[in-house]
Amino acid sequence: MSLVPGDPALVPTPAPTRVPASGRAPETGTAPPGGDRADVVPGRWRRAAGPVGRGLVWTVVAAVPLAFLAVFFLWPVGSMLARGVTNAAGQLDLGAFAEVLAESRTWRLVGQTLGLAVAGTLGSLLLGLPGAYVLYRCRFPGRNLLRGLSTVPFVLPTVVVGTAFRALLAENGPLGFLGLDQTLTAVVLAMVFFNFSVVVRQVGALWSTLDPRTGEAARMLGASPWRTFVTVTVPALGPAIASAGSLVFLFCSTAFGIVQTLGRPGVGTLETEIYIQTTAFLDLRTAAVFSTLQFVVVILAVTLANRFRAGTETALRLREPTSHPLRRADAVPFAVTMLTVVLLIAAPIVALVARSFQSSQGWGLRNYELLGSSAGSGFAGGTTVLQALEHSVKIALDATVITLVVGVPLALLLTRPVRSRWAVRAQRLFDAAIMLPLGVSAVTVGFGFVVSLVASAPQLAYSGALVPLAQAVVALPLVVRSLVPVLRAVDPRLREAAAVLGASPGRVLRTVDGPFLARGLGLAAGFAFAVSLGEFGATTFLASPDYQTLPVLIVRLLGRPGEDNYGMAMAGSVILAVLTATVMLVCERLRPRGAAGTGAGF
Amino acid sequence: MGVETERALVCEGVSVAYPNGFVAVRDMDLAVDAGEIVALLGASGSGKSTLLRGIAGLERVSAGSLWMRGRRMNRVPVHERGCGMVFQDGQLFPHRSVARNIGYGLETSGLSRAERRTRVDEMLRLVGLEGYGNRAVQTLSGGQAQRVALARSLATRPRLLLLDEPLSALDRALRERLAVDLRRILTSTGTTAVYVTHDHAEAFTVADRIAVMGEGRVLAVGTRAELLGVAAGAAGGPGRADGTTTVAGSADGRSALAPDAGAAGVAEVLGSSGRLRGVVLRPTDAGAVVELYATEVEVPGLRAEPGAEVLLRVG
Repeated sequence: MSLVPGDPALVPTPAPTRVPASGRAPETGTAPPGGDRADVVPGRWRRAAGPVGRGLVWTVVAAVPLAFLAVFFLWPVGSMLARGVTNAAGQLDLGAFAEVLAESRTWRLVGQTLGLAVAGTLGSLLLGLPGAYVLYRCRFPGRNLLRGLSTVPFVLPTVVVGTAFRALLAENGPLGFLGLDQTLTAVVLAMVFFNFSVVVRQVGALWSTLDPRTGEAARMLGASPWRTFVTVTVPALGPAIASAGSLVFLFCSTAFGIVQTLGRPGVGTLETEIYIQTTAFLDLRTAAVFSTLQFVVVILAVTLANRFRAGTETALRLREPTSHPLRRADAVPFAVTMLTVVLLIAAPIVALVARSFQSSQGWGLRNYELLGSSAGSGFAGGTTVLQALEHSVKIALDATVITLVVGVPLALLLTRPVRSRWAVRAQRLFDAAIMLPLGVSAVTVGFGFVVSLVASAPQLAYSGALVPLAQAVVALPLVVRSLVPVLRAVDPRLREAAAVLGASPGRVLRTVDGPFLARGLGLAAGFAFAVSLGEFGATTFLASPDYQTLPVLIVRLLGRPGEDNYGMAMAGSVILAVLTATVMLVCERLRPRGAAGTGAGF
Repeated sequence: MGVETERALVCEGVSVAYPNGFVAVRDMDLAVDAGEIVALLGASGSGKSTLLRGIAGLERVSAGSLWMRGRRMNRVPVHERGCGMVFQDGQLFPHRSVARNIGYGLETSGLSRAERRTRVDEMLRLVGLEGYGNRAVQTLSGGQAQRVALARSLATRPRLLLLDEPLSALDRALRERLAVDLRRILTSTGTTAVYVTHDHAEAFTVADRIAVMGEGRVLAVGTRAELLGVAAGAAGGPGRADGTTTVAGSADGRSALAPDAGAAGVAEVLGSSGRLRGVVLRPTDAGAVVELYATEVEVPGLRAEPGAEVLLRVG
């Protein structure tokens, strides 16, 4: 995916364990011997202010996010898709489809999009599984550092990822002798770089909770380590592997930023084609057809991801994580993981940083000094890198506010314990629908904005308000996905306890859900900010030439000739990376701790 | 049964059904006097916890009437029922300190900050956790957490306290000690309580009267003496069948045992662990008086010295 510095599916796994309510073993969460679980139905919350009053309140709460999604997601994407199946007169006309589908180039594009995604997914799984084992199941000094390092790529904007691989693989770069610069292999490597941590964290989290005794039982029955792995471990990990795989596939098939920064090798992908058709040929109808094809690919991936995710979420509540010290048998996975982390993860980052200090005048800060220059040697265009950075931060702040205003009520709605079957169904539908903006490529969102909102409200486009709105659409699923597990971790009986103690529904929301929400809010805000800071796919359609964001400018600089432009792109990428990573780190740290710890302030 | 005005709780033909239509409690009658502690004793799936949740308002009462001190409560929302509830695993608010947990229900009671603080200290003293007010709840042991949960529920002086297996997540020794503490605390505060448990020893220790439940119905209700009398009678060997008849009908006129299901159901519950441990107090003409769970029970046919420990087999 061309825009994601954070992964929704990564969030649910670690979040609940940080919540003391479920973490205080052993007497919480486990059924006691002879405990009477059969006649306890959790999650029921008696209506209190009368069904009508409560329903009204929640309808109002639901209205804000629904209106937002309707105007800024359904309308743009819908009108974009509609454009592909109608002609200029607005009648149904599948001519464009017939034309586009008849071209062999179309199928080469589809083939390359799918091929790259499959290769990226397989690569991520192949390297990620040993990584998950070593980093989550084994214990050795420096493990946490390695874990941290392996997650760094994921918080990096895709543009930075692409730039880092350019730095690594360029002719005069450290691995230039491989001749991989701007090749399909480079794209796949960048995808693996980006998604390695998805597999490691998703599969690793489950792996660490598997009961080692099951495997030991198999060993006692005469199974070799390999047979044990294949017959016991793999089936147990199945849902997590499948879920991680489909998610990685989704990200790979929407990796616009990576493909674009790596020079669009081969025929390109569906997304780069949409971009070219829109910006270079102004052929919106053809672009719409490609968007539809892209949409189909993505819907398939989302459906698969959703199905498998349901499987892991239940399986994840197995037991406390266990790990063992490294054994001799772990040598191979350990070596593979070390090589991956050093060569694939660390090398591009180091190369990028090193390259940013290298210019036509040798080593030094020249590239950084150039960032403020608007004219002269390096720059061609209206905005300097520093100005673009300022724009990016301002826009990202706006986008963060918008995302939270929409995302918080949405997360509350999705986690409300409901009684009626109708409400349960509505909740499930919502839950799936909120994944859609994540699935629909950001390019499609950006293009959709152009054909709907920009067309009917040009003054809105002029004001620059569309950029943060589009970024909010892109960030929304991640924010909701990071809040939902935190709110779900609230034991429904905690709300019951509050209600029995005389707390009205409003007070329950404030005093029980509130503190949980507050702790998730920091991370959610970090996600929103980081996503929009690095957002490229949608922004590239919408940012006005005199108010460009940093990722857009970096790609422009990369596309321009001149040593200084290239150097500035490197330096800009480093700044963007540091900023994004810092924001994520601070937001993770800033979240309030569980207990208040003081008796003051009744 | 008419409209009860005096009693703390009256269930009249109460049924509790889940949203999926499963009726977990069916046509249940139960009365609890003010100041009385009644245990709902039964195995998993007997409907006892569901009934408790129905009383609290956490589950919907699908048929019958629920009265508390003369007011019909069927449609009164949870937070206006004035019940306290102690959950199996405490359900302390993890983001609040011990004192702020206990003070939670008081925060909307209109008490001043100083009054609340006094009340919280009083509660901490009552449950034997003085000086624990500033502790984070995560640092408490299981037993301490349940004491805090109890203090939190008692702080608002609930008209009816509901306890849902409050000790079952603790280990055996702690459970036995806390059960004694619990009875002392409840009786010293004059609290009316309904106590759900699957452990007959706990039920005898804590409750004044015990309702034995099975398959969503009450099989038998009786005081400790009455039900232990059944056990003692059963333990006496010969004349076992007679033993059950001697306890039918009690002094206060409430039906002690349901005539049909009673004896068998009670024996089943009491006998689930096989034996009751007692201490012989004094010999009588027919046998001996044994102290079982702080209740004196005559066991016919038993010959033993005072002070001797005896195991009475039930069933």
